[in-house]
Amino acid sequence: MTTTIVADVAIIGGGPAGLTAATELASRTSADVVVLEREHEAGGIPRHSDHLGYGIRDKRRFTTGPRYARRLVDEAVAAGIDLRTETMVTSWDGTDMLVTSPTGRARVDATAVILATGARERPRPARQIPGSRPAGVLTTGELQNIVHLHHGSVGKRAVVVGGELVSWSAVMTLKEAGCRTEALVTRHASPESYAAFNLGGRAMFRPHLVTGHRVVQVLGRHRVEGVEVEEIATGRREVLECDTVVFTGDWIPDHELARSAGITLDPGTRGPLVDPLGRTDRDGVFAAGNLVHPVDTADVAALGGQHVARSVARFLTGEHLPNVSAVPVVGEAPFSWVTPGLFHPQFAPPARGRIETWVDEFVRVPRVTARQDGRVISRRTLPWPASPGRVFRIPWSVLAGADPNGGPIHLSL
Amino acid sequence: MTTFDITIIGAGVVGTAIARALSRRELSVALVDSAADVGDGTSKANTAILHTGFDAKPGTLESRLVSRGYALLGDYAAQTGIPLERTGAVLVAWTEEELGNLPGLREKAIENGYDRCELLSAEEVYAALPSLGPGALGGLSVPDESIICPWTPSIAYATEAVQNGAALLLRHEVRGVEVGPDETTVRTSGGDLRTRWVINAAGLGADVLDREFGYGRFTVTPRRGELLVFDKLASSLLDKIVLPVPSKLGKGVLVSPTVYGNIMLGPTAQDLEDKTATNTSEGGFEFLRSKGERLMPQLFEEEVTTAYAGLRAAVDHGDYLIDADAAQRYVLVGGIRSTGLTSSMAIAEHVEGLLREGGVRLEPRVEVVDPPQMPMIGERFLRPYQREDLIAADPEYGRIVCFCERVTAGEIRDALTSTVPAVDRGGISRRTRATNGRCQAFYCGAAVDACIATVGEESR
Repeated sequence: MTTTIVADVAIIGGGPAGLTAATELASRTSADVVVLEREHEAGGIPRHSDHLGYGIRDKRRFTTGPRYARRLVDEAVAAGIDLRTETMVTSWDGTDMLVTSPTGRARVDATAVILATGARERPRPARQIPGSRPAGVLTTGELQNIVHLHHGSVGKRAVVVGGELVSWSAVMTLKEAGCRTEALVTRHASPESYAAFNLGGRAMFRPHLVTGHRVVQVLGRHRVEGVEVEEIATGRREVLECDTVVFTGDWIPDHELARSAGITLDPGTRGPLVDPLGRTDRDGVFAAGNLVHPVDTADVAALGGQHVARSVARFLTGEHLPNVSAVPVVGEAPFSWVTPGLFHPQFAPPARGRIETWVDEFVRVPRVTARQDGRVISRRTLPWPASPGRVFRIPWSVLAGADPNGGPIHLSL
Repeated sequence: MTTFDITIIGAGVVGTAIARALSRRELSVALVDSAADVGDGTSKANTAILHTGFDAKPGTLESRLVSRGYALLGDYAAQTGIPLERTGAVLVAWTEEELGNLPGLREKAIENGYDRCELLSAEEVYAALPSLGPGALGGLSVPDESIICPWTPSIAYATEAVQNGAALLLRHEVRGVEVGPDETTVRTSGGDLRTRWVINAAGLGADVLDREFGYGRFTVTPRRGELLVFDKLASSLLDKIVLPVPSKLGKGVLVSPTVYGNIMLGPTAQDLEDKTATNTSEGGFEFLRSKGERLMPQLFEEEVTTAYAGLRAAVDHGDYLIDADAAQRYVLVGGIRSTGLTSSMAIAEHVEGLLREGGVRLEPRVEVVDPPQMPMIGERFLRPYQREDLIAADPEYGRIVCFCERVTAGEIRDALTSTVPAVDRGGISRRTRATNGRCQAFYCGAAVDACIATVGEESR
């Protein structure tokens, strides 16, 4: 017989955003909160990112991924949430939600839903990279699962594809697994992560940086024997020998549940289209974390979860939330996405007062222009560079002069 | 050393089907393959269609066996739980030439004994296929063309054969054959085998093996077909197989739903020399992209879940090449191209006839097992994770390991401990779908490997 899980708030996904939202709601309101986590343990991606760099913005400390994940779980459980691991939402049409767990099938009956399903790296087929299909082709997620959670082995010589923050995370994990990173291949002119990180990473691990290149083929019959790369500017090709290749970054949100519920997606992020309160276009359904900004660091995802939890708390008490027809916020090239994708002067600012964006090319001195109906609303030069491979943040206040009855707001650099 | 009555070389869909049929006779049967799993060669990478045979060359053995095999495998699928969906197909004409070819195709179908094709106007084509790209001029319906799981049949056949006492000798690479007066010795990497009859179902290697018997009658050319598999979120675009119309401009590609809930586009057709070249290529992807964007423009808005290439055993011969040599106690089953999945059980029946003519007594075995119940891996059927009864009896069926494909720990355990067990990740994926989904093992790869290692240790 199918049982029913009844809660005021059902949070789907027990990573940094979902757990922080749960803790916020359970500790500050009387709401019953259930977190549905499909993995064996909650904590999300940080569980298997066994290196320092976590908890800076939200916990004001500098800790490892697994410790950070454990702390988020402990805090949520201490706040009294109902944490259900190995519990996967297998269908949801927007009203009827079904889960499977070792205890059976259950229906979920909740007043509000927070989608916090995160993002995954595009695997090699989705990048449409041809060649053979040997063992040793990984994503960072699979690599870190193998090394940190299952203590398995990888190869001896790796090529890491991508130059994002996560790419260095892969390099660190490879080192720990006794696998040397021979090369880091990025299509950009320089690695996309922070300059300090690049310098530090290069000094520590000395991978050969292959910039301005793309991978055109994976080679090897049973085990990876190499990757063929092409210099984008010249078309010149060469083979980098390796026994492991890690495809890093190139994130895609885990948006399948959102789509099955008919929630409108943001064409840029491919996650749910949200307003600054974290509301989707479906009443009572909110979204937070890397599902809406694929991807930012775990601490930013966590703070986003906390921010959205406050909106949910207001929603539960029946407090008036602005019910207005919002203005779309659209990114022009080189922005590949911007979020929140909706503006209205009645909305409070989004988490941390920032618009999160992603750019396709490096801009050292970014001058952000917001236009509406051909009119410049604001123009602001920001003191930090815009770099592919990590989130570029813009103060929400650049939209302050927008007309709530006007057309879409276009952001450009 | 025991002497087998029959040794079948090649444990693809054809070899396993023959082994299944002969295991139901009072015969000792060996099934030999160099691979570590059944169905691990050309059989694992095809277009997964159960063909009516409407477009076969009339009068050929292939035409007859495809038509018969369609019925046999359809019944067997129902008995064993091989995922099969009777979706129907539409051939879509994009040029005047193609449109002009449709009535002839309908006539040909009738010659092949299939009379349910109907000519469709462009409006009818779009009514059946609303997501089709613009420019279709007309079509021909083939209402009984179906989609099927390409992996489960080989495993089901082999399971039934082994349960009836056949010896499944995997990782036995055949290195030579010596035909004696009463017995044949098959030299393999795993030792010599003695057998009275040899059946050559070696697929891509059938020509090489045939030469061991003194023949030089055909050459297998590996013809590579590359395919793209799109995310399940694309599945609402299409519920029928869209087939190309053959024309002078060459063969087009098909776009089809799969029984796993994806959409598949392909194949390319490229003749190669290397019988192991199952790699995909830049040219192949480019070709599929250009074809796919015309066929179904929305398809490329979704992610590509996986890409693969299969090698068809193309031969310089217009038909199946199935022939018995009673003097050498040898049967060649060669030239079985992509239709072999459909015709597999009919081929087995045909081979039985040849053996009987060759003097082999085919007495029904007194005790045979019932057809096995295969794990349900079809998306539109009830899967273990959806079954309250199964989970209540064994919570492992509620423990989802592969999130994208909703594969449970119970199913993975079963695949590793079944009659014809999986031995690696590929074997797990063909029995359960684990790691085949959109994340391509981002979440579950390490957990699946751990399951394989645990069961491997326990069995050691």
